[in-house]
Order: sequence, then C-alpha cells, then structure tokens
Amino acid sequence: MNRVPNKKGRFGVYGGRYVPETLVPALEELERTYTEAKRDPVFRNTLRAYLNQYVGRPTPLYFAKRLTEHLGGAKIYLKREDLCHTGAHKINNTLGQALLATRMGKRRVIAETGAGQHGVAVATVAAMFGLECDVYMGTEDMERQAPNVVRMKLLGARVCAIDTGSRTLKDAISEALRDWTTHVGNTHYILGSVLGPHPYPTIVRDFQSVIGREAKWQLRKCEGLLPHVLIACVGGGSNALGLFSAFVNDDVEMIGVEAGGLGVTTEKHAARFAGGSVGVLHGTMTYLVQDDDGQIRLTHSISAGLDYAAVGPEHSYYHDLKRIRYTSATDDEALSAFDLLTRIEGIMPALESAHALAEVVKLAPRLDREKVIVVSLSGRGDKDVHHVAQLRGDHL
Amino acid sequence: MGRIHSTFSQLRVKKQKALIPYLMAGDPSLEMTEALVLEIERAGADIVELGVPFSDPIADGPVIQGAAQRSLKAGTSLNSIFQLVQTLRTRTQIPLVLMCYYNSILACGEKQFCSTAVEAGVDGIIIPDLPVEEGKSLRKMARMLGLDVILLLAPTSTAERIGKTVKDSKGFIYYVSLTGVTGAQLIHSRDIEEKVREIRHVSKLPVAVGFGISSPSEAATVASFADGVIVGSALVKIIAEPTTHSAVLRRVSTFVHDLRQAVC
Repeated sequence: MNRVPNKKGRFGVYGGRYVPETLVPALEELERTYTEAKRDPVFRNTLRAYLNQYVGRPTPLYFAKRLTEHLGGAKIYLKREDLCHTGAHKINNTLGQALLATRMGKRRVIAETGAGQHGVAVATVAAMFGLECDVYMGTEDMERQAPNVVRMKLLGARVCAIDTGSRTLKDAISEALRDWTTHVGNTHYILGSVLGPHPYPTIVRDFQSVIGREAKWQLRKCEGLLPHVLIACVGGGSNALGLFSAFVNDDVEMIGVEAGGLGVTTEKHAARFAGGSVGVLHGTMTYLVQDDDGQIRLTHSISAGLDYAAVGPEHSYYHDLKRIRYTSATDDEALSAFDLLTRIEGIMPALESAHALAEVVKLAPRLDREKVIVVSLSGRGDKDVHHVAQLRGDHL
Repeated sequence: MGRIHSTFSQLRVKKQKALIPYLMAGDPSLEMTEALVLEIERAGADIVELGVPFSDPIADGPVIQGAAQRSLKAGTSLNSIFQLVQTLRTRTQIPLVLMCYYNSILACGEKQFCSTAVEAGVDGIIIPDLPVEEGKSLRKMARMLGLDVILLLAPTSTAERIGKTVKDSKGFIYYVSLTGVTGAQLIHSRDIEEKVREIRHVSKLPVAVGFGISSPSEAATVASFADGVIVGSALVKIIAEPTTHSAVLRRVSTFVHDLRQAVC
C-alpha cells in the first residue's frame, strides 16, 4: 500500500481541503506545526508521557474467553480503549491536538461532539492545559447523551446547543467550523475524527495509530502471531483507522461496521457505503448520505457517535481498493451485542462499539477456533445507560 | 466579452461602483425571486447574486441558513434555479451570478453544471467552499464555456495566496470583509481598505467586498475604496419579514435604492 495522503491531502481522489478561504491559512499553519512536531523528540516524548501517565496507556488487549466460548469459533480479543481516561479512544487525539494548540500559541479550543466522548476528551485536556473551551453539540445528542453534557460542564467547558438541521453531529460540525472561521486568530479547532479538511484526517489517524501499534505487539506477545481479522465501528472512523493503520500492509482482514439504523434499505441509517455516494461535506471529498441534488440527508442511528452523513476520506479510499470491507449493524443488533458483552464479560460497551461487537457475533462462529479476531472496544457504555434504560422501558 | 466584464467596464467609464445584491433563490418561492430580481434591477442593482440553497452552508450565518432552509422546504432544486434564470433572461440582461456550495456542483457533474448554467444565461459562479487549490478542473471547464468562476479572498489570505488566487479568478474578485460568516458585524473598514489595496496592487480585476455590509452608510464607506459592494443578509432579512409580497417588494426596492444612492 502506498503511503497516503499525498501532499495535497488526497487519499486517491478523496480528502482535500474544501473550506472557505478564511480557513485555508489556518489549516496550512496546522499542517506546518504538525509536520515539525512529528519530528521533534521533545513533542513525541511529551505526548508519550501523557499517554502513559494521564490516559493510562497501553490499554489492555483482553482475551474475551467467555464470549469466545459462547460464540464457539474464532478467538476474540478486545482492545480496551474503553479503559482510557474519560472512557474512550478520543483522548489519544485530543491530547495530541491540545499540544499542537499550545505549540501554535492558541489559548482557546473548540470542538464538535456527537456522543459526547470527544467533547469530554476535549474539555478534559482543556482543563489540564488551562485552555478556554467551547463544545458544539446537537440538541438531540444532548438528550440521548445527557451524562456527557454534565461532565463537560463540570470540566469547565461551555456546551453550545445546536438546534438546527438534524440537531446532531453534522450540525455541530458546521457550527464549529463557523466559530473557527470567526475566531481563527486565537482558536484551534480540535476535530474529533478522521474527517474534515486536510490535514485533520491525517493528524487524527496518526494520533490514534497508537491503538494498532499496541495491539500488534500485545498480540504477538500472547499469541505469537498477527490477527486474522480486525473489526471496528465506523462513524467518522478514527478508532477504526487507529487500529487498522498498523496492519494495512499485513495479511490481515479488516472490517469496518457502519450504523445500519433501522436497516440500510430504509431511509433511517448512517451507512455511507451501503446507501451513499461521493460528495463533499465539511471540507472533504468522501462517501456521503445525500440526495440526487447533493443535499445532505438526515441520518439515523441509535448511537450518536455513528449518526453522521460522511465517513473519513481514507475509509473511502480503502473501500474502493477493497482493502477494508464495510458492513453494517442495525440498532437492534447493536443493542443485543451490548447486552451480550455486558452479561457475559461484565464489560459494558458504548453503543458505538456495540456495532463492532454485532459483527463479531455474526462472524466469529463461522471461523475456525485457531483464528484470532481483534475488535476495537472504542468506548465504555456508561454514557448510554440512561438511553438504553429508556429504550427498554418497563422491561429493565 | 461577458456581461460581468462589460458591466464593470461601463461603470469604470462612469466612475461608478457596482452594487451587487444577494438573494436566496426560492426564498420564499422562485416566482418571488423572479419578481425581486427585476425589482432590484429597477432600483439600481448592477449585478445580482443568486444563492443556491444547500443543507449545510458552512460559510453562512443564521440569516442565510434560514433562507436556505425555507427555499429547500419550498422544493427548490438546482434545475429549477436554472429554469428561473432562463425565464429571467427573456426580461433582463443584468449579470447573474450563482453562489453555490461545491457539493451542488459535484452532484450535478462539473461539465453538466457549467453547460446548463451557460445555456440558461448564468454569467458567473461563486463557490464559498472551493479555494483556489481545489477548483482546477471546474475552472478549466467553466473557462471553455465562458462562465466566470469568481474566487474569494479573506483577511487571513497571505500575499502568496492572494497572488495565486487573483491569477485564476475571472469576472471580479470577491473580498470577504471579515473573518466570519455572512451577516456578521462589520468592524474595521481601515483593514478592509488596506487589503483591497493589496489585492489591487497585484491584479487588474475589479474587487467587490461582501459579508457584513448591512446599511447604506457602510456600503458608502466600502464603495469609497472598492469596485463593488455586495449586500446579502440585510436584504434576505427584509424578504423574510412576515408581510405581503407587494410590501416586501416595496421595502426591498427602497432599501436597494438607498444603497444605490450610497454606492456611487
């Protein structure tokens, strides 16, 4: 596989920098800063120290013995990003970007959030570095992820409620981009996934790539081999690329799981590869859920973190090359996987990660017992307990 | 020579500046937009900018976002806007410029978009989310067909970017007066003047200034140093007022007339 992206931020035809002129110089500055930082041993050591001592890395690669026995096929390992400080992989990226912000002398950070995990991770590093912090969040997401709204506020961030459009992640990103356009001089936008204009998809992937690098040596240590299959959920797709990027040139099958919502044949889903087409949204060219006139369609998923109309451009690139296979899990499949892992392993996954587990449930029984699946458990389900309880109603 | 070029040439001879009002096509309806274009031409507009509604307009503030939502709700599509332009062309020769997010062009296909636009009588396009680096194939296509792709510059644009952008812009250069979205509060006219001078220094193209100009007095200040003044949100606000169509037409006409007096 060639190294992507190219100098213009292109993953094949995907990616690029489709933003108002006002933001281009800021993106160029970010790109320069990142390129320098990447080569700076002081920056790398600082980031590593924070990842170890603050985030709690390396996160365990846990052999899910009971789940493996229950499904009766391939061995299942969970990469426990749910055990990161703040409860999801998001902080790997926000730490790196907060260090970049301070390097650029920017004292204010803004962010968008869907499930609230990225927002919490931004509010957390903002508190730690003493940065001013505003987080944009759709009002529908604020309802279904209420605990995270409280956490952000307790951490000292302002949560800006967005009541336009679908009132979810898409509208939060639009508003964050507008804020950045207005305050670009003193503000850094900490984008939370492998999305948006160049260089974000690269920066976020690189900061998340620690997931896959760890998983690789951890599995070699306990099994002495490479995994046969990697599985991760894909909203924007940062936990997936974080895990996959270390294995792109290895003989390893990779599966990305999108949100199937009520089913990809209905209009209520967020499966960009199953039901989308190529377009430009929020600064990048990629697969989108849109109508024939290029208007972005409303998406649906039980999981706020996967409920977004676009997918990271690098995923589109690997999709076309068939290097990663994309599938989807419905709301119901994700909910039963949530239950299964909770009851059988005592690990409550985030509803996002439950989509990846739903694919494990389908695939593991069909594989031999000597095969190994590594699944990204991108976040923990604490934030979802109210939402799940509400869905269950009296049956809880 | 295209209509945009000849309009600026004629204005230059008369030592006048261009008044460029912006309307969201299809807000509240395409019939109303048709009437509004003719009305603002009578009131003294030199060029009309027509917004193509997009579901996720990242460069626009709440006023134009709202207009886009109303227009989409009313069922406006790109093709219906082309039809509107075609109809308008039987009644006016005023230069018409579409302000359009890139995804609308991509969904239509760059070639199809440019040829349909030219056939309908569109003179230029402004694409707020397509900086100079990303629009090469579109500009090539547009140039072949005689459609002006008007590029934008901003307060944050470096000298290097200004150089690149003016080289590839056609018709005029759209200078975004502030770091922000459409309809924001205008503040430093001195900074705008300096930047416009910097752009003029490296380009012979007319420079029109937009974003945040909401009153005749602001328009007058900007017109004292720029070649054109673009007024959008202030006009869209009047159109959104809950009153009769004829009252809206009257108010729009008065407002554009006042702007005309200020921009001379």
